[in-house]
Amino acid sequence: MDILIYNKSGAPIYEQIYSQIKSQIISGALKENDMLPSIRGLAKDLRISFITTKRAYEELEKEGFIYTIKAKGCYVAAKNVELLREENLKKIEEHIEQIVQLAASCNLSRENIIEMVNFSLEEQG
Amino acid sequence: MNALEIRNLSKSLKGFKLDNLNLTLPSGCVMGLIGKNGAGKSTTIKLILDMLHKDSGTITILGKNNDDNIQLTKEDVGVVLDEVGIPECLTAKQVGKVMKYTFRNWSDEEYACLLHKFSLPDNKQFKDFSRGMKMKLGIAVAMSHGSKLLLLDEATSGLDPVVRDEVVEMLNDFTRDETHSILISSHIVSDLEKLCDYIAFMHNGKLLLCEEKDKLLAEYGVIHCTAQQLGEIAPSAVKHKKESSYGVEAIVLRKAIPTNINISPISIEELFVFMVKEAK
Repeated sequence: MDILIYNKSGAPIYEQIYSQIKSQIISGALKENDMLPSIRGLAKDLRISFITTKRAYEELEKEGFIYTIKAKGCYVAAKNVELLREENLKKIEEHIEQIVQLAASCNLSRENIIEMVNFSLEEQG
Repeated sequence: MNALEIRNLSKSLKGFKLDNLNLTLPSGCVMGLIGKNGAGKSTTIKLILDMLHKDSGTITILGKNNDDNIQLTKEDVGVVLDEVGIPECLTAKQVGKVMKYTFRNWSDEEYACLLHKFSLPDNKQFKDFSRGMKMKLGIAVAMSHGSKLLLLDEATSGLDPVVRDEVVEMLNDFTRDETHSILISSHIVSDLEKLCDYIAFMHNGKLLLCEEKDKLLAEYGVIHCTAQQLGEIAPSAVKHKKESSYGVEAIVLRKAIPTNINISPISIEELFVFMVKEAK
């Protein structure tokens, strides 16, 4: 697992850890029930404060991305990947709405829009 | 449990007064005491060890009051002071033998392992050691008797950057165990910035501030802007400024700064210098 800390970036360190673990859970690089490094171990390996790592984990736990088993460790939670899909779907719907509005403002036909979407999907392969 | 708790600690010495000091070091954490020479860092550490007797207040080390049976408590406390008080004619090997009869939980293996890690010679007399080697030997001894709390007074000063980095690394490793804690004083702030969870600023016998390091770094920042831009920022958010005819450099509270101004990270050193100047 890769976590890169940039001291010079100005973003709070706990946020950097939080967002990097989160994005690895979302992308599937970290799978359900995978064990995360221990809070203390991670802090010492990254040479950052223990309190900061703890805060990042607490934040992840609060949002349901990870769960803790006492005296064992932290693991990637399952549920929220579903929730995240929901969130992403919502985002897609919003974008589509914008596309439809934009298309209407320049008189693009329904067929044209579908064609464009198909083209884009083929590009992605 | 807290590794160290200091409550309302006061001590008057000739021309110096430690004034109502309160500090808490949670178990498993590293706290850095930062202060100029004469700020009271060493006095604090000596009071903790009962090398100086306090006038008032309480000190609790690893859950035990330092008024009762401090000798027993000291078994669990590793200490490295500015001068490593080892007789000059002893070799590292002989030091090990002496310590074996000094500390109940002395570990020969641990000591040998640390000597090896620090690449300290077995059979060289202490008087022929360089300052760096002396400090490393002191740290090796402090870490070889099952210590749960390390008290380090200026343990990295006078060492070259490479050795300092080694020492910081060792201390970082020491606290992998959640029952291990460190109180370290220094005026080399960059070392403490690398190592500490908490930072305490001391000045003229008073505690100016004690806070989580990353919280301080997240709260404060440095900006470079024009005098006009600075004028648009709430004065309460501008903590310190240096004006020149070409622009202003200021220490600010990050959250009050408009997004169009670039904030660069502040170092603990800059923050400390500012706080001390402010305290005058």
